[in-house]
Amino acid sequence: MAGYILRRIGLAGLMLFGLVCLTFVIANVAPSDPAALAAGPDAGRSQIEQARREYGLDKPLPEQFLRYVTDLAQGNFGRSIATGRSVGTDLARYFPATLELVILAMLLGVLLGVPLGVVSALRKDGPVDHVTRIFAVSGIALPPFWFGLLLQLAFATWLGLLPTSGRISVFTEPPDPITGLLLLDNTLRGQWPLFREALSYIILPAIVLSLPCLASILRVNRSEMVEALRMDYVVAARAHGVTPWRIVMVHALKNAMLPTLAIIGLRWGWMMSSTVLVETVFDWPGIGLYAVSSAIAGDFKPVMGVTLIVGLNFMVANLIVDLLYGVLDPRLRRA
Amino acid sequence: MSAIAEETVAAPPRRRLRLALWLLTRSFSSMLGLFLVTAIVALALLGPWIVPYPDDVQGGINLANKLQPPSFAHWLGTDEVGNDILTRVIIGARISLLVGIGITVAAAIIGVPLGILAGLAGGRLREVIMRFTDLFLSVPGLVLAIALVAALGPGIVNAMIALILVWWPGYVRLAEAKALSIRDEAYIEAARVAGASRARILRRHVLPNSISPLIVKMSMDIGQAILAVASLGFIGLGAKPPTPEWGAMISIARGYMPDWWWYAVAPGVFIYLAVLGFNLLGDGLRDILDPRSNRG
Repeated sequence: MAGYILRRIGLAGLMLFGLVCLTFVIANVAPSDPAALAAGPDAGRSQIEQARREYGLDKPLPEQFLRYVTDLAQGNFGRSIATGRSVGTDLARYFPATLELVILAMLLGVLLGVPLGVVSALRKDGPVDHVTRIFAVSGIALPPFWFGLLLQLAFATWLGLLPTSGRISVFTEPPDPITGLLLLDNTLRGQWPLFREALSYIILPAIVLSLPCLASILRVNRSEMVEALRMDYVVAARAHGVTPWRIVMVHALKNAMLPTLAIIGLRWGWMMSSTVLVETVFDWPGIGLYAVSSAIAGDFKPVMGVTLIVGLNFMVANLIVDLLYGVLDPRLRRA
Repeated sequence: MSAIAEETVAAPPRRRLRLALWLLTRSFSSMLGLFLVTAIVALALLGPWIVPYPDDVQGGINLANKLQPPSFAHWLGTDEVGNDILTRVIIGARISLLVGIGITVAAAIIGVPLGILAGLAGGRLREVIMRFTDLFLSVPGLVLAIALVAALGPGIVNAMIALILVWWPGYVRLAEAKALSIRDEAYIEAARVAGASRARILRRHVLPNSISPLIVKMSMDIGQAILAVASLGFIGLGAKPPTPEWGAMISIARGYMPDWWWYAVAPGVFIYLAVLGFNLLGDGLRDILDPRSNRG
């Protein structure tokens, strides 16, 4: 078991190093000149050269790479060339908003996807199964940015039930962060009106973000349950007089949950990356919106920072799933 | 189902094709997918000849006519400079389909040979190819594509290049897994013993036997690539207005929400139906061609 864990962690470390290399290469193949961008639109040649020296862009590439790696190791993501602010500070400020959104969307995806998958498998080829199938295929095909606009139109403009965009009202003084997750902070403080306000802002983006995840959890869980319910051990359990409820919830679902877990791990990272679209539609002040506004301005450092954070999330989620797999499925430990 | 599928694999080509087609027509969702894909392809091919206002394709300016609601003259209304939205959405089908197919085919052309090579060669070469592939899979596609577009500069061509760079590793994975499993099959051994050259084994035995999962993946990926290009267009890193690309159109239309909401609805419906069509078709093809890999 220890060997399995170490191997997985080692693999994740290698991937992380690869990701660092990849972002460095991307930043250096760029045809536009970062020094010129830093010096501003009206800068003369000497000012550009000065900016080049200031940002270390005149050094040979291996030296720049070494500096990049040591900076990252100290949590220094560099400076935004457009605003001059530290990217690390910006990321720390924007990440909690994204994290809160992704956690809520993932909860929606799992808490709805798994039961719906079980029900569709139990009523295979019945009306419920057909409805969830259409729902699941739609969930993957709907453009999230467009779906978000439609929900804004329906719930904010026409019904007037929810706010259109943002994280809290502009008139609300944001409370001092404890965790930075507004829902959690307000629960801890017991401030229910603020909790309700934060919930009304987060619910639409969370639904949009969770839809593809919900759809794929539903489909995987359904096909795994169909498979599991056909197994000999289910027949054996039934013959032994185990109650149907117990057969479904314990014998079949436990086995179906393993592949579902793998999908959850993958989806965590993908969700982080879809926040780019969802946050743009809902003006949600997270790392996705930060990446988009920086990318449009041609400002690499923030984009690379977000890429690294999303990649790190993707890797850690997959690592956790791998380790859980090792715990839940003893066959893997020996492999 | 699986017994029929086994026969699909074993029967001679023409009967196999007939059986596959028959199976396809029996599934409602596959037929819906086929219908949607055919419709989108037809719109893309016939676009310039069937649009009601051919002058609006390039983005003519007719401000007297701007932002009109759907009517008999303009079925889907008009946009902010008075162009007919239906016309622009139909022409958008051409762009999206071309870009979607282009990205998928290019990714397959890069990925499949590398994957087969890795699977058959084994050893150090395989290790190098697969680690390099893993590098690109270490971060979710959309974010990587944005990072690449940020470096290359916005625009539809750069968006395509970025998405090809994001997409090819999937094909390496697929082709490598397939080549690995085929390598140990008895018929490959037999061909080798009979003196077939490496190239011949590749062409006659490995490629035809890995084609089904490839077709399925490509069908799914065309849909996903259309969605990805529209996404980049929406956030302002893909096609630039006034190019009638669906995502870019929605990005403009967003500024006219909620008063002129129908402007944003039309391109979105087209994206949805196009992606849905390719997904359903791919799903149906998988049930027939590659039934054992039926996973969400």
